[in-house]
Amino acid sequence: MKKPTLKQKVIRGFIYFLLICITINTLLPLYFVVIASFNPGNSLFSTKMFPETLTTKHYRDLFEKKDYAIWYMNTLKIALCSMVLTVILVIITSYTLSQFRFRGRKTGLMFMLVMTMFPGFMSMIAIYLLLLQVGLLDTHLGLILVYSGGNIAGFTWLVKGYFDGIPRSIPEAAKIDGAGNATVFTRIMLPISFPIITFVAVSSFIGPWMDYIFARLVLRTPSKKTLAIGLFEMVTGRQNTEFTMFAAGAILVALPVTILYMSLQKYLIQGLSECASKI
Amino acid sequence: MKSNSKRACLLSVIFMGLGQLYNRQIIKGILFAAIEIVFIVYLLPFVRYGLWGIYTLGETPQAFVDGKVVQGDHSIFLMVYGIIAIVLVFIFGVLYCLNCQDAYKVGKLRDNHVQPNNFLQSLKLAGEKGFPYLMLSPAAFFTLFITVVPLVFGVLVAFTNYSSPNHIPPRKPVDWVGFRTFIDLFTLSGYKETFFGVFGWTVIWAVLATVSTFFSGLIFAVILNSNGIKLKKFWRTIFILPWAVPGYISILVFRNIFNAQFGPLNKWLSSIGIEKIQWFGDPAWAKIVCLFVNLWLGFPYFLALMSGVLTGIPRDLYEAAEVEGANPIQKFLKITFPLVMFATAPLLIMSFAHNFNNFNLIHFLNSGGPVNTSYKYAGHTDILLSWIYKLTLEQNQFNKACAVSIIIFIIIATISIFNFRRTRSFKEEDMIQ
Repeated sequence: MKKPTLKQKVIRGFIYFLLICITINTLLPLYFVVIASFNPGNSLFSTKMFPETLTTKHYRDLFEKKDYAIWYMNTLKIALCSMVLTVILVIITSYTLSQFRFRGRKTGLMFMLVMTMFPGFMSMIAIYLLLLQVGLLDTHLGLILVYSGGNIAGFTWLVKGYFDGIPRSIPEAAKIDGAGNATVFTRIMLPISFPIITFVAVSSFIGPWMDYIFARLVLRTPSKKTLAIGLFEMVTGRQNTEFTMFAAGAILVALPVTILYMSLQKYLIQGLSECASKI
Repeated sequence: MKSNSKRACLLSVIFMGLGQLYNRQIIKGILFAAIEIVFIVYLLPFVRYGLWGIYTLGETPQAFVDGKVVQGDHSIFLMVYGIIAIVLVFIFGVLYCLNCQDAYKVGKLRDNHVQPNNFLQSLKLAGEKGFPYLMLSPAAFFTLFITVVPLVFGVLVAFTNYSSPNHIPPRKPVDWVGFRTFIDLFTLSGYKETFFGVFGWTVIWAVLATVSTFFSGLIFAVILNSNGIKLKKFWRTIFILPWAVPGYISILVFRNIFNAQFGPLNKWLSSIGIEKIQWFGDPAWAKIVCLFVNLWLGFPYFLALMSGVLTGIPRDLYEAAEVEGANPIQKFLKITFPLVMFATAPLLIMSFAHNFNNFNLIHFLNSGGPVNTSYKYAGHTDILLSWIYKLTLEQNQFNKACAVSIIIFIIIATISIFNFRRTRSFKEEDMIQ
């Protein structure tokens, strides 16, 4: 290797300077919310970047003064149920569409694609009315059904594309060796498609975990609230007098998700790029 | 020679199952007849009510008689019933056709003196052929009621006058108005300016938001991938962090950081002697803040993606270029950039579509503010989708909101179909079979 010239040194220095700037820019808002959650004051105004004392009072207040534990359990329940329902429905549907040939298959596929292009708001009024009619308004079940039903079309396309990509010779070889349809599905197709199923599972968990609009539409009773509604209400008031408590609540919501995302990074990025190249 | 096929078919047209009975397929015949009887006895009254409802949308408004409220027709419920009635009629029609077809086919077999399948045999056959349909039925059922019926409803509302203050059921029924809503949107003073103004900003926003995240992701991926940068993994992990934090949390935090009165940013600015900036009060600043926050949130995703693409580019391409005497900029423009573009172009288009409808960012950051006085129910940073939200949930202008939704659908569908036609699986789809 040649020794770097002065020009190269300057460029390199500039690049490191840039990287440090971006790092500060990335970390500062995150640091701000973390430090706010340990700040002694209550409001946004009294929040200091470098407080003299730290306190865990806001974390305790969340559970003592607010129904944070209830919101957390509600959200967890809704997100988990939607995830399970979505994954099961999506796997069955996409496997059928990928492996079987039958009348109406192509029309069905095109139809599903078109449906994913409508803005979700358009269906809001009708979903509200339908849930009202069948008595599922203001219930968690209603919300779970809305989330899973709305997810099917888009994810099915994605997973179907993945199943299509598996060479036909693999299941056929297994069948020659005497494996039945069910064995081929559970022992071969499911393990191969593990990355994409992980992606669908995580995305269909995160969607309800963070959704605000449909939760707001369906749920009325305060005790049925989800995290997104509860947190949003804490900081949209004019004075932001509960900002530090919001920060504490936000950290408890974000921490598990962030850890999940960072550890599954590889699968999720892969899934996202499949989204585009495979639909 | 007598024709069993035609006679059986005709009988089945007259009443479901008659043709099957004529063909001496008793169980099948009874089943088909039972379907028709159930339909006529239990469902027909509802279907008639629903069809009447969707045609007229109700006739009697709510009235006061002797100091008591007499409920009128609720147009919106009638419309939902009507859609469900049409779905029922459609399912029944399909069954009816199958019934006639079956009678004709079995009759044909008898004409040719072939023994038709008995009930158990046909049940088994149906089980084999119908297996995929059986597997699809739960998802189909779900999609029908959670997605299809609501969407059809949404499309239909755009052609009515369902809006406050004059046409909110149950007080007053709603009427069909044809394309009136769309014409109003384009010509009515107030709405015209809002629609075109918001539409213009939505396009500018979507382009800038996509381009800024895409290129900053690309540039930093190239920097992190180049030789001689130390601690690559450390930088990458930090840069990807915003992607892993739930979006609405980050947006709400930014909402507070940029708070003009109490926010830490303005506090810091005034402490070094700069006057407070109205981040969300000034239209231009509000737009810049939206773009900045979107960049903060969106650039890690492209960074992670591009890093993957870059490691896939063969080294020898660069070595060959070096032998030819290419400088780093030439290498970037002639090798890296075209290859990355080729791999990520569909994602770029998807990202555009996503930003076009990026409701969460606009709504959580500043609810579309500051208010624009020449707009109807919209602020300076409102995009079409957040305007729809306001029209629906705050102003009850349901018909206008649905009309704008249809316009968004047309735009997104055009983009997606263009994108989709170029992708691999669409071509493969035609190659199978």
